[in-house]
Amino acid sequence: METQKSIKLVCITKTFGEVTANDAVCLEIHAGEILSLLGENGSGKTTLMNVLSGIYAPDGGNIFVNGNKVTIRSPKDAFALGIGMIHQHFKLVDVLTAAENIVLGLNENKLVDLKNVRIRVKEICDRYGFVVDPDRKVFDMSVSEKQTLEIVKVIYRGADILILDEPTAVLTPQETDKLFAVMRNMKADGKAIVIITHKLHEVMEISDRVAVLRRGKYIGDIPTGDTNPQELTDMMVGRAVSLNIDRTEPQNLTERVTVRNLTVRDIDGVKRLDNISFTAYGGEILGIAGITGSGQKELLEAIAGLQNIEPGASITYLPREGKQVELVGKTPQDIKNLGVALAFVPEDRLGMGLVGNMDVSDNMMLKSYRSGKSVFTDRKTPRELAQQVVESLEVMTPSLSTPVRRLSGGNVQKVLVGREIAGNPALLMTAYAVRGLDINTSYTIYRLLNEQKMRGTAVVYVGEDLDALLELCDRILVLCAGKVSGIVEGRTAKKEEVGLLMTHLGEGAKA
Amino acid sequence: MKQIISLIQAGIVFGTVILFGATGETLTEKSGNLNLGVPGIMYLGGIAGLIGVFFYEMNTPVPNKLVCIAIALLCAFIVSMLGGLLFSLLTITLRANQNVTGLTLTIFAGGFANFFGGSLNKLAGGVGQISVAVTSAAFRTTIPGLSNALGSIGQILFSYGFMVYLAIAIAVALAWYINNTSVGLNLRAVGENPATADAAGIHVTKYKYLATCIGAGISGLGGLYYVMDYMKGTWDSDGGIERLGWLAVALVIFSSWKPKRGIWGSYLFGVLSWLYFYLPGLTRRSMELFKMLPYLVTVIVLIVVSLRHSRDNQPPTSLGLPYFREER
Amino acid sequence: MTKQKKEPLVRISKRTSGLPTWKAWGIRVAALAASLVVCALVIYAIVKMNPLKVYGAMFEGAFGTNKRIWVTIRDTMMLLCIAIGLAPAFKMRFWNIGAEGQILVGGIASAACMIYLSKTVTTLPLMLLMLALSIVAGAIWGFIPGLFKAKWNTNETLFTLMMNYIAIQMCAYFVALWENPFGSNTVGVINPQTRIGWFPKLLGQDYMLNVIIVLTLTVGMFIYLRYSKQGYEIAVVGESENTARYAAINVRKVIMRTMAISGAVCGIAGFLAVSGASHTISVSTAGGRGFTAIIVAWLAKFNTFVMILISALLIFLDKGSIEIASRYNLSNHVSNMLTGIILFFILGSEFFINYQVKFHHGSKREARA
Repeated sequence: METQKSIKLVCITKTFGEVTANDAVCLEIHAGEILSLLGENGSGKTTLMNVLSGIYAPDGGNIFVNGNKVTIRSPKDAFALGIGMIHQHFKLVDVLTAAENIVLGLNENKLVDLKNVRIRVKEICDRYGFVVDPDRKVFDMSVSEKQTLEIVKVIYRGADILILDEPTAVLTPQETDKLFAVMRNMKADGKAIVIITHKLHEVMEISDRVAVLRRGKYIGDIPTGDTNPQELTDMMVGRAVSLNIDRTEPQNLTERVTVRNLTVRDIDGVKRLDNISFTAYGGEILGIAGITGSGQKELLEAIAGLQNIEPGASITYLPREGKQVELVGKTPQDIKNLGVALAFVPEDRLGMGLVGNMDVSDNMMLKSYRSGKSVFTDRKTPRELAQQVVESLEVMTPSLSTPVRRLSGGNVQKVLVGREIAGNPALLMTAYAVRGLDINTSYTIYRLLNEQKMRGTAVVYVGEDLDALLELCDRILVLCAGKVSGIVEGRTAKKEEVGLLMTHLGEGAKA
Repeated sequence: MKQIISLIQAGIVFGTVILFGATGETLTEKSGNLNLGVPGIMYLGGIAGLIGVFFYEMNTPVPNKLVCIAIALLCAFIVSMLGGLLFSLLTITLRANQNVTGLTLTIFAGGFANFFGGSLNKLAGGVGQISVAVTSAAFRTTIPGLSNALGSIGQILFSYGFMVYLAIAIAVALAWYINNTSVGLNLRAVGENPATADAAGIHVTKYKYLATCIGAGISGLGGLYYVMDYMKGTWDSDGGIERLGWLAVALVIFSSWKPKRGIWGSYLFGVLSWLYFYLPGLTRRSMELFKMLPYLVTVIVLIVVSLRHSRDNQPPTSLGLPYFREER
Repeated sequence: MTKQKKEPLVRISKRTSGLPTWKAWGIRVAALAASLVVCALVIYAIVKMNPLKVYGAMFEGAFGTNKRIWVTIRDTMMLLCIAIGLAPAFKMRFWNIGAEGQILVGGIASAACMIYLSKTVTTLPLMLLMLALSIVAGAIWGFIPGLFKAKWNTNETLFTLMMNYIAIQMCAYFVALWENPFGSNTVGVINPQTRIGWFPKLLGQDYMLNVIIVLTLTVGMFIYLRYSKQGYEIAVVGESENTARYAAINVRKVIMRTMAISGAVCGIAGFLAVSGASHTISVSTAGGRGFTAIIVAWLAKFNTFVMILISALLIFLDKGSIEIASRYNLSNHVSNMLTGIILFFILGSEFFINYQVKFHHGSKREARA
């Protein structure tokens, strides 16, 4: 039992369709050590750990435990090898108690012996310093309590290699400190811990060793004591890559949307946006950078009338011609009726921006079907528009009557962006417009955004690829945990600077 | 007083039919399957038990009461389970829509049961209505002595056949099983969050099949009780079982998926169903309006449940949703 | 993911590129054929009738005489009308199980007009009034659960179902009120001599008006769902409420409006049943057709023209099996049993249209129904 365990991942490759998430990645994990797995969004950290914990089957490569080659087909197999993963989205049943969740799926044919579970849970808690009330229902727990429960569950099932996927993303600083304390206790107890993160100060604080991934590739690993945040940032983001996106000088900047003191809470009452203020100008591309989930989605949806906004905020919209209007407290219908020329390319393309089961033509009229006084929809105009979008953006589709969910990701996005631009917007908001797209399609999208900028549209571009943000945008607003941590000039800002703003609240967080 | 006792007795008889149906459906819904075929399954239980003992009584000069009961229970349970199996096959394996499949099952089983209920005697060469007097009498045997000995309390508590107590026992046992055994725990997890259950190593499909089939078997006993006790061993084609079957589906919501709460809930529904008969001063016309009561109450309950968002009274989270591992 | 140490024998995956239309219909027709064979075998098992002769006898029952043909047409139109009413609700993914009640209240409204206004209002205005009132009654019956669904997300399946029984009891009340002759507990044929409020003969046929009304509705609903702005909104709300909100559609309004329309058309079905068919009202005026129509609407994928075919098939089966039952002096309910069998087969066949089944051993061929 107390043999020092080690795990070796050799040349793990995993692809999803055309996207290579892991490209021949090698990694070693040792007992009694905390390893940070560092990388930007989409660098393949979570995919790699999902392979190790039996969620995904790798396309290539081998896994060795203590030198023996193993095959991990399911989470159960992983547990049998002592590997347990705490996912970002907890795998807990809400209406059950902590103890019930812990024993779920174990010991069929038996009574639930919660008494014994409580005793063992208490042992684990005492040993590492957790606080878990075994009889509390999961839906009554805070996020941090749920996370603790997940860790206890994994240990209860005998894991001695724990993988935590961005565990601090949902925690307060105090909770983070507590988590780090128990992680150190577990390390002292001989367990191996892998923490997936992109927060540098946490890497420096907690880990013994850092392994860095970038764009699916393994960059290297280094003892934490031998490195510093600057070096890690370089490893993580790499040398600035030149994408050669054309960027014209912004001309005739006019105020288009001014957001003041915008705060948004989710259904659980957690602040997703905290007192945001900024102005987007017509004739420029305003980039929004930040770790995924820092409030980007909520920000765009708030402007589009799709979020409940806390009192005290104002969002004023100034059209190309005419008087300014206030958007707070308006439904999407109101905003439309006010004549706001707003185009919005949401992150969830098929779940929000388009109707997957409708064809290109029917999707073209999603926002314009009301036009005209007739009770019938005008079919001709959308069909012509569909034809035009398909031709000008080179959408690959068997026909105009193919449901869009059958199209590939890039073509779906072209349909969506094509429709939104066709409405002659004065404000164009895009969320992760090039996510999952191939290079050529991405450049098509960049070109379309630049065209909009040149005709005086205010373009808001939420992105995750810093290289693209820095080459495309005139200004970049950086969000960190729902707050504006800084606004930088796209032409002069350094990649590292933006990266630091994403992970720390900037000193001069002035709006 | 006599009236009230009589009302309660009638209410408990109907309530027992509903209780069987609701207890079975609760088990089914705990696995995340919403089976709207409950009325059909109760039809199946009723007709299968009836047919089974019909042939036994016809071919046996002196039928043994215990054998009668055993045959009726077995036939009802097995055929109802087959109904549940058909539903499971279509919705779990073949992934058909649960609502549509359930309604189809009700149409099919209603036709099946009413056809054989109305024609069996003719098919077997007899005349008139199907009737199984011996078995019905066996089902309606009360515990000797108790029902008369204790006055009105005895009449309210003990003037029924064994199925009334069996229904309570099954409901209590199910509540215990769901809350205290590992299998019950796993079952709840399957209905709440099949992906999590799957990741925890629980065989989701197996649980869904078993819960749906056994649940159907229990529901079917309600139909059997209706036929053997309320109909005294004959068949009625007026859709009485179907009405009570739908109330059983509603009772599952009323009881917030808690089998024990279903016991008094079902008796309440039973009493509401008969209230029109005992209220003084009603004309034949206004009686019809009062027969609305259980349905009106159900509607009100539905509305109240939707207004109140108590986390303890919610349906299994994945109720009615299919689960395929590959599509998560 | 659990205990699959061995390769599973069959692998099921969703078809990514849809099956060609002709193949999909081929699967459905094959399922239908299989179900008809099973039905014939069931009938053989019960009455020992030569399976080959079963469908001849059924044809006789449905189309044997001129009168039978028209009754078959009339009942097809009735079922079709209800299915058309349900189509918008189901397209919106709203489980309207309440057609029975919506038909009944429409029928009650019609019957009330026939009874109370037969002496005061002339024929044409009376007919129009009956139509209008049945529409209003049905619309209200559909709107109520729609309202609660829109505002508080109240479970519409059971709500609409309970509304059926409330309507049935209301109907029982009116039957007792209008009882004729006294003590019969039925309303009897209303206005048997004057035929006031009855559908007039058109082109010499009693039921021609039924056909005209329902076919008009068929075309109208097809156009409404496919070409109107409201129909488009229904489709978007049914696909994704998120997208609907994004597209600035007022989801609540659409739910309430659509349910009122759904109920209204079912109300017209009640008008047809009372004024255009039985000329009386009873608690079994809807007679379970509200449930059968749900499945018609679902299987037709909300295409009202496909509903004609499915309705005709089910009514043919109904009439045919009743013919066989009556020849052998057996219960009419056999028709529901056979309907169920056919629906099971068609429901099951959808799986083979939407999913691909690959066998691991032997050649990797696609399984067909």
